[in-house]
Amino acid sequence: MVAKPLWPGVDPAWSRRVRVPSTAAVDPAGTAITWHLLDNGPQLAERGIEPVGTLLCVHGNPTWSYLWRTLLAAAGDAAAPWRVVAVDQLDMGFSERTGRFRRLEDRITDLGDLTAELGITGPVVTVGHDWGGVISLGWATRHRKQLSGVVLTNTAVHPAGFGLPAPLKLALHPAVHQWGTTTSAAFLRVTHALAHPPLEKDVKDAFMAPYRHAARRTGVGNFVADIPADEGTPSWGTLIEVAEGIRTLDVPALIMWGPKDPVFSDRYLRDLMDRLPQADVHRFEGAGHLLPEDRDIATPLFTWLSTPVADQATAPGDRPKAAPVVDQASASERVETQVDPAPGDRPKAARPARRSVGTHAQAFRPMLAELDERRTDDSPAVVDMAPLAAPGAGPRTLTWAELAGQVDLLADGLAGIGVKAGDRINLLVPPGIELTSLIYACLKLGAVIVVADAGLGPAGLSRAIKGAGPKFIVGIERAFVAARLFNWPGQRISVTDLGEAKRKLYRIAHTVPELVEAAAANSAPPLDRSLLGAGAPPSTTDVSAPVVDQASASERVETRVETHPETFVETSGPGPDPDDDAAILFTSGSTGPAKGVVYTHRQLAAMRDTLKDTYGLEAGTSLVAGFAPFALLGPALGATSVTPDMDVTAPKTLTAAALADAAAAVHATAVFASPAALTNVLATADGLTDEHRVALSSVKLLLSAGAPIPEPLLAKVQSLVPSATLHTPYGMTEALPVTDISLDGIRAAGSGNGVCVGTPVSGATVAIAPVAADGSVSDQPTTNPGVTGEILVSAPHVKDRYDGLWITQQHSASVPGWHRTGDVGHLDAEGRLWVEGRLAHIITTASGVATPVAAEQAAETHDVVRLAAVVGVGPVGAQVPVAVLETLAPAARPGTAPRALGEEVRAAVVRSTGLDLAAVLVVPELPTDIRHNSKIDRAGLADWATRSLAGGRIRKP
Amino acid sequence: MTKNEPVGDSPAADRSPLGAGAPPSTTGRAVLVTGASGMLGGAVARLLLDQGHRVRTFQRRPADVGPAAETVLGSLTDPDAVAQAVHGVQAVIHLAAKVSFTGEWSEFVATNIGGTKTLLAAAKSAGVRDVVFVSSPSVAHFGEAIAGAGAGTADPERAHGNYARSKAAAELLALAEDSPGFRVAAIRPHVVWGPGDTQLVERVVARAQAGRLPLLDNGAALIDTTYIDNAAAAIVRALDRMDQAHGQALVVTNGQPRPVGELIAGICAAAGVKAPAWSVPGWLARGAGSVIERAWTAAGKRGLVKDEPPMTRFLAEQLSTAHWFDQRRTREVLDWRPDVSIEDGLRRLAAHYSGTTS
Repeated sequence: MVAKPLWPGVDPAWSRRVRVPSTAAVDPAGTAITWHLLDNGPQLAERGIEPVGTLLCVHGNPTWSYLWRTLLAAAGDAAAPWRVVAVDQLDMGFSERTGRFRRLEDRITDLGDLTAELGITGPVVTVGHDWGGVISLGWATRHRKQLSGVVLTNTAVHPAGFGLPAPLKLALHPAVHQWGTTTSAAFLRVTHALAHPPLEKDVKDAFMAPYRHAARRTGVGNFVADIPADEGTPSWGTLIEVAEGIRTLDVPALIMWGPKDPVFSDRYLRDLMDRLPQADVHRFEGAGHLLPEDRDIATPLFTWLSTPVADQATAPGDRPKAAPVVDQASASERVETQVDPAPGDRPKAARPARRSVGTHAQAFRPMLAELDERRTDDSPAVVDMAPLAAPGAGPRTLTWAELAGQVDLLADGLAGIGVKAGDRINLLVPPGIELTSLIYACLKLGAVIVVADAGLGPAGLSRAIKGAGPKFIVGIERAFVAARLFNWPGQRISVTDLGEAKRKLYRIAHTVPELVEAAAANSAPPLDRSLLGAGAPPSTTDVSAPVVDQASASERVETRVETHPETFVETSGPGPDPDDDAAILFTSGSTGPAKGVVYTHRQLAAMRDTLKDTYGLEAGTSLVAGFAPFALLGPALGATSVTPDMDVTAPKTLTAAALADAAAAVHATAVFASPAALTNVLATADGLTDEHRVALSSVKLLLSAGAPIPEPLLAKVQSLVPSATLHTPYGMTEALPVTDISLDGIRAAGSGNGVCVGTPVSGATVAIAPVAADGSVSDQPTTNPGVTGEILVSAPHVKDRYDGLWITQQHSASVPGWHRTGDVGHLDAEGRLWVEGRLAHIITTASGVATPVAAEQAAETHDVVRLAAVVGVGPVGAQVPVAVLETLAPAARPGTAPRALGEEVRAAVVRSTGLDLAAVLVVPELPTDIRHNSKIDRAGLADWATRSLAGGRIRKP
Repeated sequence: MTKNEPVGDSPAADRSPLGAGAPPSTTGRAVLVTGASGMLGGAVARLLLDQGHRVRTFQRRPADVGPAAETVLGSLTDPDAVAQAVHGVQAVIHLAAKVSFTGEWSEFVATNIGGTKTLLAAAKSAGVRDVVFVSSPSVAHFGEAIAGAGAGTADPERAHGNYARSKAAAELLALAEDSPGFRVAAIRPHVVWGPGDTQLVERVVARAQAGRLPLLDNGAALIDTTYIDNAAAAIVRALDRMDQAHGQALVVTNGQPRPVGELIAGICAAAGVKAPAWSVPGWLARGAGSVIERAWTAAGKRGLVKDEPPMTRFLAEQLSTAHWFDQRRTREVLDWRPDVSIEDGLRRLAAHYSGTTS
């Protein structure tokens, strides 16, 4: 009998024993073995509940069915209840000790024997962890009729090519194996210590319970000894059968992963994703090997099980149409305008083809179309004011013809080293000719560009890159210093030539000059080495003297076709499918770890078209690219772009003179810059010559992007570019951009509740999902003026999905057809959008929901207040608003505001917003996020205010 | 020791709430208010009178509620006096209690628990329909910070200090009596203050004047308070809303929590004294409070001190940990909102101290 009381989190009713006849090869005929299970089946039957199907949960080594207790707890209460059968594998947990060495093949057979004895016919979803993953998949491949899905957490099905992880190698070593796994409990203890945060003592005890004595641990040791490390091991054949067999599973798959796993690292996740391309993947940043202990896996698992198949696919074609916007006038007609429910209102069973004709499938013009059409154009395409390869050597220019040639060569060169369509390639190269060429070469190849920003900081950048798992990294030397330090994945390609010693040190496999050279050697006539960019002496040609004339450029293309048909076909074929992944960009990380955001070729092209149509950026426009994401679209827009001389990781380094020099170099008509850059431009305006001012006076459009810009700052900028209209878009990594407003528009809007960000850009629709008093968000979008709620956007250039963040993606797309921005705001009667803050920052008071921005603006009207944040303190629904101020003369220490200041600020806020501040606090400095240096960390501040106002010593926020 | 002290010449019966001479009122009920000599009890009695109810007060000392109310003087520990007080009334608002930071447990038991028992039994047998038991949030405060919590259940075992423990026991036994024919609601006003307040305002002012009032942890702990008029209004409102309120305990506050230091500074400013500018750590005050409290009780027994001690553990906790409440349920059940804001209350307090008006 199982000892009572049972273990924490386990209902005694789940624990049961079953005697099962064995057909495993290792057992003599006629053997029956007693299994221990956690099974909620009898309990469901008692409650008269007919389950949807069975979750067959298989633990790894050295855990037991206890690992799955949260699934059992949630299964019966799920909207569609499931039976959960969590087994203790034989020789493990509280199942019988058979005294025989059970190998992988036996264990898969064992599991089949058990399900046969239990009479489980299906539908079955297998759930596996650690080596239980392989066994569960082995069962899956042999019970396809019953199978309706597979779920995996931190496991692996194939060590080939990777080698065994070091900790397992050690565990397998003859000198260590017997002692480490069986004689002592070291293997158990080490495994239990992998939890983040550490396990509670009673939970640790429960995991240890079936393995208290060496005799009980034989299975633990045998399990490790059976690991098929290479072809010589007995279980190798079965492992390969499973590893290959799952490629033909046609059921939905969910992979939930803890990246901080010393054994099953991200490389095994990527291997699984390769074998199960249909898998929905969620990587829980910060969680580790014992993922079911580290995080709630039950909620997302049951959500996944109940999500209709069509909703799970995130390709634009699969996306249901936008939920209808509710407004009073049309409320009665809503029934007719409502789109049909998504097909497949059943639990996951089979997955439809990912591609279908979608609502956004309009005419698609590839990103490279403009470049292709202008490959005989000798006018300048890109200008680099401070070329990467030769700092201080003066500007470098490529004509359209030269750029097209270089993109071709780079694409050929990359293809030559094995870069294929769909491969992820991380570009850690500052904006300029090299980056532009690499981007368009990758787009041409169909390789997926991973663009991470150094502004994330080394740790954040590292998390982002590991999460994206690029196959290749192209970078400057500084990137490889970090790659080496943080052990980034991917074959390393240096953008410049490095000496032998450094190549070795950084494990550089290739350099861009080599790739280009190799590609050029294959093409005739040989190209001027100066076209190859880095490593060669830069061509300092000026705009009026292009190095390649029209004739030679067109000739080259033709020659290539004749002499190297294979290469040409490979990289100049029909191009990638519009709905294939094109790029992964990262969010700022101001709201938790930076998230990867996936764009398809169609969506990137839509971003280009939106910019073109909203700002009139026709071919022939010349723009100063002081803000990277948009500026990189220059060649796609047909616009000449110039990268000013600045350190792009520090926008504050853009001087007025550098901006004007760049403008002069291309007779710029448009300028893209961030508010931080513009602040420094204003601060250095004294350095402008008359020529500079003339160059700037021909600018017709100035776009301040990346963060909100205060009106007074924008007004000062106007004096530098007197002929320009000033615009500032609002958007986010997931939708670039959403709305736009001009300086005149800002002035016309005046002040209100929040920041007016104007009207939707071309192709975009904005709606509001009203927020209820408890902070929950309605799924009925509205465009009625004055309703505050979460801002929703629908546009062809909205992201495809989050990368490896299935839960986050589900949340962001939970209002069908819309992207939930996580921002709150309202529309006014003129259709303008006002942003009132982040959804996470709303204050749910007893008298309703309030947003912080208007109150902050009111507090900032006080003479001595430099910056204010208003946060909610207390439980949801009963919060009180608290202001935290940074004063012009910084406070000596954090605490309550001086009485007069507190009273005045409280009065100002009540007057303009009706919000009754419970407290007014001062701090020496408000915490802001590093990338924008402007967004206040309100969530952190709310925690700090809560602690400070609870009593006790006040620390710094 | 019953002392029925009719005011004026007319016989008591004539001015009895049920007597023939009672002022005619269509909506008025006959209501007994116990403890009307206190600030809150007096305010409740006056408000009832203003609303046209017939009021009898019951306490040991005469209450300043005007000639319109009938008075029964006596102690809750005297069953005869209590029986006389409840005779003929339809509703009881029970505020009388021993309120002190120190004192022997037996005294609290006698007045707060025993007295409540006596009153409830008498009221029931006299045919009273409704009882509002005025309690305190401290009956469910166990020393930890309270931030936006609901009322919570009274717990005599865990509440801190003799007052809170005895009130917790009394509240439980009062609510246990609730039935359709004898409805009981508990109202817990939190830190009531206003002009003429001897419990909080005058102590703060006197100690600040003497330089004996420190802030604890710089006075940032957020606390809820209740301006006197709001507390009285909520209690009287409970009588109108017995259909909804009976059987429940409701915390009543202004719904405007403030840092405790800011409140103290506001009160000092209203009284025209200098606000405390020195701070001691909360842990130190709580520790010292425990010691002082024991010493004071011991000294009090020997007649050495008569005043309340300068610091007690209970007071230190009140001044150094957050305690503010979720008012949603209270406002919904009572269908009521406070009329006087903290800021208006402080202005009225200042007017009171400057002698202009109140």
